[in-house]
Amino acid sequence: MKILVAVKRVIDYSVKVRVKADNSNVDLTNVKMSLNPFCEIAVEEALRLREAGKATEIVVVSIGAKAAQDQIRTALAMGADRGIFIDAGDTELNSLGIAKLLAKVVQDEQPGLVILGKQAIDSDNNQTGQMLAALCGYPQATFASKVVVDGDTATVTREVDGGLQTLQLTLPAVVTADLRLNEPRYVKLPDIMKAKKKPLAVTTPADMCVNVANSITLVRVDAPAERSAGIKVESVDALIDALKNKAKVI
Amino acid sequence: MSNLVIAEHDNQNLKASTLNAISAASKIGGDIEVLVVGSNCQAVAQAAAAVAGVAKVRVADNAAYAHQLAENTAQLVAALAPAYTHLLAPATPAGKNLMPRVAALLDVNQLTDIMAVVSADTFKRPIYAGNAIATVQSSDKIKVMSVRITAFDPAATGGNAAIEAVNEVFTADKTKFIGEEVAKSDRPELTSAKIVVSGGRGVGSADNFKIIYALADKLNAAVGASRAAVDAGFVPNDMQVGQTGKVVAPEVYIAIGISGAIQHLAGMKDSKVIVAINKDPEAPIFQVADYGLVADLFAAVPEMTGKL
Repeated sequence: MKILVAVKRVIDYSVKVRVKADNSNVDLTNVKMSLNPFCEIAVEEALRLREAGKATEIVVVSIGAKAAQDQIRTALAMGADRGIFIDAGDTELNSLGIAKLLAKVVQDEQPGLVILGKQAIDSDNNQTGQMLAALCGYPQATFASKVVVDGDTATVTREVDGGLQTLQLTLPAVVTADLRLNEPRYVKLPDIMKAKKKPLAVTTPADMCVNVANSITLVRVDAPAERSAGIKVESVDALIDALKNKAKVI
Repeated sequence: MSNLVIAEHDNQNLKASTLNAISAASKIGGDIEVLVVGSNCQAVAQAAAAVAGVAKVRVADNAAYAHQLAENTAQLVAALAPAYTHLLAPATPAGKNLMPRVAALLDVNQLTDIMAVVSADTFKRPIYAGNAIATVQSSDKIKVMSVRITAFDPAATGGNAAIEAVNEVFTADKTKFIGEEVAKSDRPELTSAKIVVSGGRGVGSADNFKIIYALADKLNAAVGASRAAVDAGFVPNDMQVGQTGKVVAPEVYIAIGISGAIQHLAGMKDSKVIVAINKDPEAPIFQVADYGLVADLFAAVPEMTGKL
């Protein structure tokens, strides 16, 4: 079985974002960029399925500006077999456009399982996997914390409000990775060298004949309202007094 | 304008998050209808009909919808959608699972986690874990969105809407429900509690968390935790407050032994009053706390529980 994993280049999770002075967007100039953490978990899960003998090939796809190829190389260094890069230049794509491009890749590659991160930590949309599943007519299991592949089914445990839900999907299917699905491996230097020799195909939305028209306009971006530090109290008695008599909340 | 709010429920009770989504719909304006998709869920439909401002409740009550799977629920919502301009659901795991699938079936984009309604086509939503707020405008003919429940006050009761059956049945042939493990608790639900007491890495162990529970029970509060406490195995992961867990905005949030990483602050900084108890005076949590107590939590928390 072939597994397709979609990955995204995003701001590194440890970087504090700043809003541009003209409020047009956040400032990403000279900011460290990385593989989206949830996408990293998705790649790791595909590798583990291959190591367990459930998958034979792992294909990684990313969409964006040229620099996004770095993140495909990271996934290849982790152990994926080959990459597909869809060069969208500087065009801002919405989740629906991304999902349409991925649906075309699914149509061409015919994977048994598609794994994505549950959301990207830049736009926080949490949409692409579900949209892709809808466009392909595939079953979906979002927020996965456990995936077991057996024959033509995947049994997936999902993190839902108040607990866990388990679904059995008939493959092909779409799974999105939550935080606790696994802990991704570290990439070793020899693997980074090896990854440079792995195949990476390049295409564009126009070549794929996919219309990625955008229906959402970013009007402006603001910094959130700042909370200012309050007061330090000296004792538990002072704290209880403040909550009871000043804040009047208990 | 006409809004359809997708109810969140467990076939017996209407979840409070639905009331926040109805409230967001009232900010958009126009009619508000509620769709209940489930099995043996008439009690939910009646609860929805009693919400103020709801013009009509549509109920799809069929065994095929017992587990509210995204696959067939999305097909049903998409089939009903052309009668509306806005489709809304709470931005909970259930809503986030469903709404993008609905949007793709309708060939429109989706807006996640809207926190303010600027106009019928313009909304604010958090990006970068709440470290920036985007104002976005949608030109889609049907706006499909999920609603950040802490950003909208719940709609009041006092309505008496008509209930109408929806007879379309779609089945999810490729998805089988196997089971569910839902933690049972007598404490209030984390996302709707008035008071939340949260413990972090500083609490030290699963056993030590009992002092957090004791304080919470004294205050009739829900119990939360930081990601560090969850990752260390002190508490189950559905208690996690933060960017990758639950977003809460209670009247009072008491952070105990929590340093205040950005990822945690993203999940609780909209609380009305924030209290921090931490032995490290330099902990970042004190920069957002209204009341900070620099103290050993193992002494301060039992003392507080005893004196309340």
